[in-house]
Amino acid sequence: MNWMAIWVTFKLAGLTAGALVVIGLPIAYWVSFSRWRWKFFIQSIVALPLVLPPTVLGFYILVAIGPHSPIGQLYSDLVGHPLPFTFEGLLFASILYSLPFAVQPFAAAFEQVDRKLIEASWTLSVSRLGTFFKLVLPLSKAGILTGMVLSFAHTLGEFGVVLMVGGNIEGVTRTVSIDIYDEVQALNYAGAAKTALLLLVVSYGTLLLVYAINRKVWAVWPQK
Amino acid sequence: MTAWSRPQRDVGLGLVLTRQSNHAIRLSLLAVVVAALFLLLSSISALAVEISIATASDLNFAFKELVAEYEKASGNQVKLTLGSSGNFYTQIHNGAPFDLYFSADIAYPKKLEESGLTVPGSLYRYAVGRIVLWAGNDSRIDVTRGFEVLREPSVKKIAIANPKHAPYGRAAVSAMAYFKVSDQVKNKLILGENISQAAQFIESGACEIGVIALSLALAPAMKGKGTYWEVPAEAHPPLEQGAVILKSSTRQKSAMQFLTFIKSPPGREILTRYGFVVPESR
Repeated sequence: MNWMAIWVTFKLAGLTAGALVVIGLPIAYWVSFSRWRWKFFIQSIVALPLVLPPTVLGFYILVAIGPHSPIGQLYSDLVGHPLPFTFEGLLFASILYSLPFAVQPFAAAFEQVDRKLIEASWTLSVSRLGTFFKLVLPLSKAGILTGMVLSFAHTLGEFGVVLMVGGNIEGVTRTVSIDIYDEVQALNYAGAAKTALLLLVVSYGTLLLVYAINRKVWAVWPQK
Repeated sequence: MTAWSRPQRDVGLGLVLTRQSNHAIRLSLLAVVVAALFLLLSSISALAVEISIATASDLNFAFKELVAEYEKASGNQVKLTLGSSGNFYTQIHNGAPFDLYFSADIAYPKKLEESGLTVPGSLYRYAVGRIVLWAGNDSRIDVTRGFEVLREPSVKKIAIANPKHAPYGRAAVSAMAYFKVSDQVKNKLILGENISQAAQFIESGACEIGVIALSLALAPAMKGKGTYWEVPAEAHPPLEQGAVILKSSTRQKSAMQFLTFIKSPPGREILTRYGFVVPESR
């Protein structure tokens, strides 16, 4: 089994899930609480990676961050090397690709929070930010965990975007799914099968976690 | 609304505020610690020095042997990335951080040289490749009949590499035109993303027959599983394969060392064993 690829994959998925908590929470908050008439335009953009073929997303990202684009040029001038085919580039692509998998459960959880409680908190002169951290966030923790776990799992299985933006470099951008593809082409079916089994087990474990968090019959954290 | 405007402390709400916030803080702290740990570990793994090579898929098996030999002799580490030559050309043009590029078609490294992306004078024609018609033992196809056999109605799927970006795919298409079977096979072609994938399609039995690199047919993983017929060299433009060191490489010295190893007798011996015609030594 290619432990290097496994390490790269888990590092990528972990950082993506972590970054999506930071980026996803404000977006989800805005999506849940904004009353702007044209909100659905933004909602559709956030959900776009769900339906867009990964090759299309990968192609756009590659062009956008490549050395021939202004953004790519700027990055290259600041850091000294171009962004595509690096781990940072892959992380950027993964964050975009998994955005809806974090934002949608976050937003759904926020919407479940009783508005009366939020308004009560405001009337108790708790600031909006304070209310968010002390009330909305704790009451939404199941949804937030779901979003984190889903974006983690989604990044684990990412293939098209990684192939387009990552360039399959060992120890840098070769993830488990690419490694399986390589092993099959090298006719090493036993190696591919082992890694595939690992992904299957991890994916099932992740989903078990999501459903366990969200089950109604017996809450994981008994609410008193 | 008015009921909630009264500034009174609700016991239930107070409980929610204090007890649940601890969870949130712990959760976010954990996330920060995990992220920091990741960053720390990733910077440690970046310390090891290795050269990274973009390698055409026809070299899949030959290069694994070559790299093992080279690593033993030099103590250096090599990271191989296998794919189609045309894809690598595009990636390198977009700034892919490879040190060396082994293409199955010398035209790609030549174009990179013209764009000023290579180390001047490093371009090296390391081999001339050959293609074969390969069929699995189960298919019972007599490949010695050559391309004529592709006309047979029993032959339903023919695997080749994608001629758009894989030189071996282009050679296969040229050979089909040479033997005047292009029209009959047009609807039977199954395109692999690169020549290794085309080989995997026939090795697994998903396609009955295919046109692949001789170097793959000679690989231990393919040997004995099928029979092959060497396509005469005049049936397609020669597959001149070229390697080049990239200008963006920060390890040009080690890259040069690897190239020297390819030119050395042990390197040439391995390539020859995999069916490549290597240039005369100077």
